[in-house]
Amino acid sequence: MINSGGNKTRFIVVGLFALVMVFPFYFMVVLSFSPNNATLKYPPQLLPTNFTFSNYVEAWQSNDFQLYFLHSIWVSIISTVLGTIIACGAAFVVSRYNFFGRKLIYRIFLGSMMVPSMTFILPQFKEMEHLHLLNSLNGLILVYTAGMIPFTTFLMKGFFDDIPVELEDAVMIDGGGKWTLFWRVMMPMAMPSLVTAVLFNFMGGWDDYTMALTFINDPNKWTLPIALQLFQGQHSSAWGMVFAASVIQIVPIIAIFIVFQRHIVKGLMAGAVKG
Amino acid sequence: MIKADVLGKASVASTKRSKLRKSLLHHAGIYLFLLPAIAFFVVFSVYPILYSFIKSFTNWPVYGSSQFVGLQNYSQVLHDPVVGTSLVNALFYMVVSVPIQVVLGLLVAIGLDRPMRGRAVFRLMYYIPVITSWVVVTLLFEYLFNTDYGIINWVLESLHITHTAIPWLADRYSALTAAAILGGWKGIGWAMMIFLAGLQGVPDELYESAAIDGAGKWQRLWSITLPMIRGSFFFVTVMLVMGSFQVFISVFILTGGAPANETQVPLVWMYQQAFTNLNFGYAGAFSWIITGIIIVLTVIQFLIFKPRGAKEA
Repeated sequence: MINSGGNKTRFIVVGLFALVMVFPFYFMVVLSFSPNNATLKYPPQLLPTNFTFSNYVEAWQSNDFQLYFLHSIWVSIISTVLGTIIACGAAFVVSRYNFFGRKLIYRIFLGSMMVPSMTFILPQFKEMEHLHLLNSLNGLILVYTAGMIPFTTFLMKGFFDDIPVELEDAVMIDGGGKWTLFWRVMMPMAMPSLVTAVLFNFMGGWDDYTMALTFINDPNKWTLPIALQLFQGQHSSAWGMVFAASVIQIVPIIAIFIVFQRHIVKGLMAGAVKG
Repeated sequence: MIKADVLGKASVASTKRSKLRKSLLHHAGIYLFLLPAIAFFVVFSVYPILYSFIKSFTNWPVYGSSQFVGLQNYSQVLHDPVVGTSLVNALFYMVVSVPIQVVLGLLVAIGLDRPMRGRAVFRLMYYIPVITSWVVVTLLFEYLFNTDYGIINWVLESLHITHTAIPWLADRYSALTAAAILGGWKGIGWAMMIFLAGLQGVPDELYESAAIDGAGKWQRLWSITLPMIRGSFFFVTVMLVMGSFQVFISVFILTGGAPANETQVPLVWMYQQAFTNLNFGYAGAFSWIITGIIIVLTVIQFLIFKPRGAKEA
């Protein structure tokens, strides 16, 4: 079955297609380091010439970019911490104990994942208005957190199910309660899978466009994706700068992914098998 | 004797009481863990969704109290020609983007299933579009599909496939094609990951015995791999079909439905009805119709895929 000739063709085919897949990013990076007029050239210029950092400097210093960057970091981190811990707590008891309403809660969470998120946004807008949470980063944190909970509960329940019950008994014999069990055994044991949940929750906040667009109108409260799009609208031919800003936006996620690649791929696969 | 009996009863009662106390404490602990999740869920999901359902039968004004109007919003949506256009467009988007992701995702997964040099790097390269934000990739594709200096037109002209520049984003089906290529490209890595997980579950012995029986590569793919990953196949297709009817950010930024609502897709139209035209009642009713369509499509797929091997997936 495994012959080296087949392996070589496989390597070439899979590799070439991978290059095609990342080509748009390559092009984006090249243009972000080129002077602005290079982005409007025809035929397109595929190799970097006149290397410059000026797009990055300009993007970083213009239009309150730093403020938006900080906003995005703040809302993503806080909502990820909240959403992940809350969902893990729920996943822990759903995975480990029998209680009234256990199956019902789990099924409703699963079912809610099937409803288009846009169906929620409309009434959420009205609700946020009533709660005075429009144009507020705290409001954004709350909806992000809420949005993370069903999926993270589903994912983490799967991982908790795989942790052997014997470990639990040891803690219980030592007189520990659920709280100890959760923090001392379940969470550390689930750490590799937790990385997957954390990355995806962080991405949910960091990459969100729709909710920020809907709930934030005040330019002083924008987050990075909103700023990026409006930035492009304002400087429609300043592609070099737009791409520099885009690179700044996507680098953190790709970096996290590369660092934790092994855990994340494992976590994704486990989640996928159960899904 | 009597004394002992009383004592015995008392101790039984006290152990019963302490058992009850223990059980109460036990359950209180459980619900304490659940409480935050349920609170968030009720406040930001259950309540809004019930609210929107009820409001979809009213005129739902921006300010002031709403009046019951029965099915008026629903009939307005169903008589709106833009809704028809948006559904046809979503169908077109689905027909183009889903096969790209399913077929290419599966081929890449088969290519990367067994160990080889650079596997982790390749996997990452396929997965990068999945983890980048929709805004960034949409802006990037807006640039790539630009009429005057876009690389797509340049490639097509260099290969002599076309002789004039195509105004991709100005016409209905070319704009939708661009959006579908973007969506397809972005999702290949996701489908690949699901298929890779499915392929891990296929025992090697099956391939070995098939090879001994003289089955060729294609035969093995057709009669072992594909049937064995039916579950993944089903999951990927269902999710992608659902996703097609929810395409939003790419179309919203690329065309916003222009020109004259020709490139409109359901959620963009719903969003604009709500937040541009302030037609909340209409948008609410439409969001429920879209949800209904998605549920019907999912049920249909269950009926098509499921008869055999109902326990998979």
